Amino acid sequence: MNWQIDLITLLLVIICGIGAISVKDLLGASILLGAYSFLMCVLWAVMGAVDVAFTEATVGAGVSTVICVAAVFQTTRRAKN
Amino acid sequence: MGEILDFIIAKSNYWSYVVLMMIGLYAMISRQNYVRKIIGMSIFQTAVILFYVSTAVKEKAVIPIIAHGHGEEANAAIEASQYINPLPHVLMLTAIVVGVATLGVALSLAIRVYQKYGTLEENEINDMIREQ
Repeated sequence: MNWQIDLITLLLVIICGIGAISVKDLLGASILLGAYSFLMCVLWAVMGAVDVAFTEATVGAGVSTVICVAAVFQTTRRAKN
Repeated sequence: MGEILDFIIAKSNYWSYVVLMMIGLYAMISRQNYVRKIIGMSIFQTAVILFYVSTAVKEKAVIPIIAHGHGEEANAAIEASQYINPLPHVLMLTAIVVGVATLGVALSLAIRVYQKYGTLEENEINDMIREQ
């Protein structure tokens, strides 16, 4: 495990997580959740869990982002707090 | 100072697992919007998966695929400490798929709530239910 890549990716993951729950626009929050999932996929590739990384890249970063964006377009983009 | 820094770097995966879990829990408790709550739930799930995958990591180990698994060398002895433990990976593979299914069901319920009440804010929906 390469600890430099690990630390940088963990930092970016935490930044993306905080951004996903604090950004005003719900579409932006969905896209930030997708970026979070993809950074998690990088983290698992670094840790040697390649099968988990594959599944996360397709299912986590792909399908769940599409579901989230579709749900936001079905409802509303604005969130009050 | 150096010892504290060493301690934090050596356990960095577990520290950020705790931080991510608390981010998800905070989003589920404090946010009024349903989509935000669901995103918090997704972050919480991913934090648990991060914890499990972090327990499998070993120093100086390779990914769990046997180099010469076929032919005449297939019966050679395997040193388990040279390979990363694959059991938590397999368990978490299931957890990722279940997490996406949970996300889909939760968002479809949120869409249904929006069709009925016209808003996704929990306090407004509570007021509407009380007035009825």
